[in-house]
Amino acid sequence: MNKPFAITLDVGSSLANHTGSWRTLRPLYVDRLPPCNNACPSGENIQGWLFHAEAGDYESAWRVLVQDNPLPAVMGRVCYHPCENSCNRGQLDSAVGINSVERFLGDEAIRRGWRFDLPAQRSGKHVLIVGAGPSGLSAAYHLARFGHQVTICDAAPQAGGMMRFGIPKYRLPRDVLDAEVRRILDLGVTLKLNTRVDNVLDAMQGGGFDAVFLAVGAHIGKRAYIPAGSAARIIDAVSVLRSMEGEEKPMLGRRVVVYGGGNTAIDVARTARRLGADEAVIVYRRTREKMPAHEFEVEEALQEGVLIKWLSTIKQVSDEGALTIEKMRLDEQGFPQPTGEFEALSSDTLVLALGQDVDLSLLDGVPGLEINNGTVQVSPNLMTGYPGIFAGGDMVPSERTVTVGIGHGKKAARNIDAWLRGETYAAAPKHELANYEKLNPWYYDDAPKTLRPTLDILRRLSTFEEVQGGLDESNALFEARRCLSCGNCFECDNCYGVCPDNAVIKLGPGKRFEFNYDYCKGCGICVSECPCGAIKMVPEEI
Amino acid sequence: MPFQPVKFYQTGTFTVGNRLLEPEVRSVQANMQRTNSLNSGHRACQGCGEALGARYAIDAAMNASNRQLIAANATGCLEVFSTPYPETSWQIPWLHSLFGNTAAVATGIAAAMRAKGRRDVRVIAQGGDGGTTDIGFGCLSGMFERNDDVLYICYDNEAYMNTGVQRSSATPPAARTATTMPVGPEPGNVFGQGKNLPQIAMAHNIPYVATATVADLHDLEYKVKKAIGIRGAKYIHIYVPCPLGWGAASHDTIKLARLVKESGLFPVYEAEHGVVTSVSRIRKRVPVEDYLRLQRRFAHLFGKVPAVATIARIQAMADQNIRKFGLLEEGTHS
Ligand SMILES: Cc1cc2nc3c(=O)[nH]c(=O)nc-3n(C[C@H](O)[C@H](O)[C@H](O)COP(=O)(O)OP(=O)(O)OC[C@H]3O[C@@H](n4cnc5c(N)ncnc54)[C@H](O)[C@@H]3O)c2cc1C
Ligand SMILES: Cc1ncc(C[n+]2csc(CCOP(=O)(O)OP(=O)(O)O)c2C)c(N)n1
Ligand code: SF4
Ligand code: SF4
Ligand code: SF4
Ligand SMILES: [Mg+2]
Repeated sequence: MNKPFAITLDVGSSLANHTGSWRTLRPLYVDRLPPCNNACPSGENIQGWLFHAEAGDYESAWRVLVQDNPLPAVMGRVCYHPCENSCNRGQLDSAVGINSVERFLGDEAIRRGWRFDLPAQRSGKHVLIVGAGPSGLSAAYHLARFGHQVTICDAAPQAGGMMRFGIPKYRLPRDVLDAEVRRILDLGVTLKLNTRVDNVLDAMQGGGFDAVFLAVGAHIGKRAYIPAGSAARIIDAVSVLRSMEGEEKPMLGRRVVVYGGGNTAIDVARTARRLGADEAVIVYRRTREKMPAHEFEVEEALQEGVLIKWLSTIKQVSDEGALTIEKMRLDEQGFPQPTGEFEALSSDTLVLALGQDVDLSLLDGVPGLEINNGTVQVSPNLMTGYPGIFAGGDMVPSERTVTVGIGHGKKAARNIDAWLRGETYAAAPKHELANYEKLNPWYYDDAPKTLRPTLDILRRLSTFEEVQGGLDESNALFEARRCLSCGNCFECDNCYGVCPDNAVIKLGPGKRFEFNYDYCKGCGICVSECPCGAIKMVPEEI
Repeated sequence: MPFQPVKFYQTGTFTVGNRLLEPEVRSVQANMQRTNSLNSGHRACQGCGEALGARYAIDAAMNASNRQLIAANATGCLEVFSTPYPETSWQIPWLHSLFGNTAAVATGIAAAMRAKGRRDVRVIAQGGDGGTTDIGFGCLSGMFERNDDVLYICYDNEAYMNTGVQRSSATPPAARTATTMPVGPEPGNVFGQGKNLPQIAMAHNIPYVATATVADLHDLEYKVKKAIGIRGAKYIHIYVPCPLGWGAASHDTIKLARLVKESGLFPVYEAEHGVVTSVSRIRKRVPVEDYLRLQRRFAHLFGKVPAVATIARIQAMADQNIRKFGLLEEGTHS
């Protein structure tokens, strides 16, 4: 034995001592479902694309975004962003401006000419899509990326559906819409315009299609029975907005009255103002709180001088356009009840914005279909009662928004793809929700006071679309970095640092972390100190 | 100039690393090549704040000294759990001293290094609060008075943990320990005169004194690095929660360290030559109750009849610190 003075044993490392055997609970890295993702009707991986945007890698961000939604520049303008209402940051200070970053990415993609990846293989299957609105375009995009051949038929002279023939230009510039539609067509999708499908079975069989996706929207303006003189000028809102796209702008006159309380009523009234009407009055039977139109749109309309008569119905219209209005009051249940008090209102045009019905004539004679309340019933996989015919968007029972339509398009594409292979599509089970209680908000810095006012101004600009404000690079980056990355590791290194036993292995940039269960004693500090709730403790199996 | 946090890179510099920060502003702990001076396999309890604080501090010192470091270690948990002969967790030259003489042993190492002309080697003495504020106090004061070129680090877990949680002069008022049981008219430890070692160290006018907690890694590393760069006597007092001795959940170690600072009970500051030069201000003030309630050593304060007067006295101590060190105001020191 050749050892220094007073030394009798070889020095050993404590690595021989596997303290992992003390553990009763085991930490696990998880990916939880961020509330924004959960709320997005198009199923966008918002946290996932913000992760890249935070790092200034906008192209990767855009590519993750378009895995779910091919129309980010459109969405960044017209989506009502339910994601922001559920954003966890809202409980800390205010929600992340998801929609404004989305618009920035969409615009950036157009500016830089980013294209979609072409499918690796062709399936040899051919799918017919009826309707080139958001739902049809979304389905076309996803089906094309799966490798299927896609033909879209649309009765209109241009693609876009209600995005073009409904939503006014001041909210959605047409060059933006055109650019995003063109990029979808560049995937090899065939678009046949001015091609109305009158009978879907004929079209399917005649064209040799393997499956059909119907997305014809809801275009027939609802009428209300109002006794009216024969010379009274009464038109419906959708026709007004549609004719805005044509050569001849609609003649509405100096005094325009709009009947209804939805977003369409607001759009028509604001359009009327832009066409030169001195007076645009919305008549709505309930109160402002009960109005289905979104608050910010009402506000913008009021700022533009649109007048709104709450608690009012139109009883009668004379030849000269004199309206008889009856005042209403809300009963205990919140329903409007007539009061018997009347007043007069004069108008050159009365525009009805009372909602739209679906034109289902192309489905005449299709066996097995179920029609309910004017909409086509579909199974959870969006297939109608006729095998191989799927449907989505405004024509099926659901909320009627562009985002929902795009979500339906994606879902239908996945189901059609499976169906064409003789399979059934099963969505991966949803991860557990990363609600606010799962976070450790201590770590998220307060937004610095110097930058806040700038941001607030930008936020205002980005909602008042006529100011045409979007975020610029630095503000988009700032806004993206406000994301808390709920439920998904963003490589903050906390777990790697806070473990008293060095039992967390750092795998390197982009590769996340791993536990070394030989030494993890199961104290749970990493779980408590992970800012975003990406680690959980589970009982050790003995 | 205190440590300057980077603002608003999703988490600023509050987290250990942050992929969006420049590597040089990330902590030593974020580095894949960190020393892990105190290696895995040590026998500290689950969630031990002392084991964590020691790795934070010594890794930072290794980084700052170009890995030219020797440490002397007083008897206590840190020594016992790391080095049951012949096995050790230390990956640095490390000596076990007696319980009470670690400052003197380090002085000797520093003298030897000077004699050998090794100015590059930096020397650390480290121990628990018992080894520092009680039995090692004389040696430590001598090291300060001679201004020996040693960084002394005290890991304060507020009692003699290694021998079974006996009271030390760093044990806070009202706390239950094995020797201050919650019985009688004033249950738990007495409200004594206190023995504030950072302040005593400052009274020696040594070049550098600082306090830190395991909840603010960037601040802790900044202070260790700064101390390593200074010739002469340095003292850093690190607050390290002890789940076992305090009756706290093992996952609350960092939370407790955060709360003790945010309540004002443990002021985090640095001082040069006896003058406070910067304080870490409170970010989100909390009542001391939030801190006390998580620990069974204070459970007797929250019985059927809460000890309102005692809690108020502890709150008054926190308030006193807040006033004295200017823990709330912008840009003020005492
Ligand atoms: C004025 C207005 C403003 C709106 N604003 C917003 C908004 O800001 N945000 C939002 O999220 N949603 C908004 N919406 C709702 C949104 O536009 C619709 O929910 C969405 O466009 C529905 O998409 P879709 O694909 O189902 O149908 P549509 O967009 O209606 O597209 C259907 C397409 O099918 C074509 N078609 C119909 N029948 C046939 C046929 N037989 N053969 C061939 N082609 C046919 C049509 O020409 C049309 O192009 C608004 C709606 C209106 C009316
Ligand atoms: C002279 C002497 N007296 C008593 C002891 C027994 N002893 C060993 S460690 C310890 C307490 C250590 O307490 P502290 O310094 O606070 O360190 P901790 O274990 O709490 O980290 C005691 C009393 C000893 N080793 N030597
Ligand atoms: S903070 Fe980020 S991940 Fe969390 S809900 Fe908001 S946008 Fe989504
Ligand atoms: S603590 Fe940070 S690095 Fe660890 S899992 Fe959570 S987010 Fe990722
Ligand atoms: S008794 Fe306390 S200080 Fe000692 S090893 Fe356990 S947790 Fe750490
Ligand atoms: Mg101690």
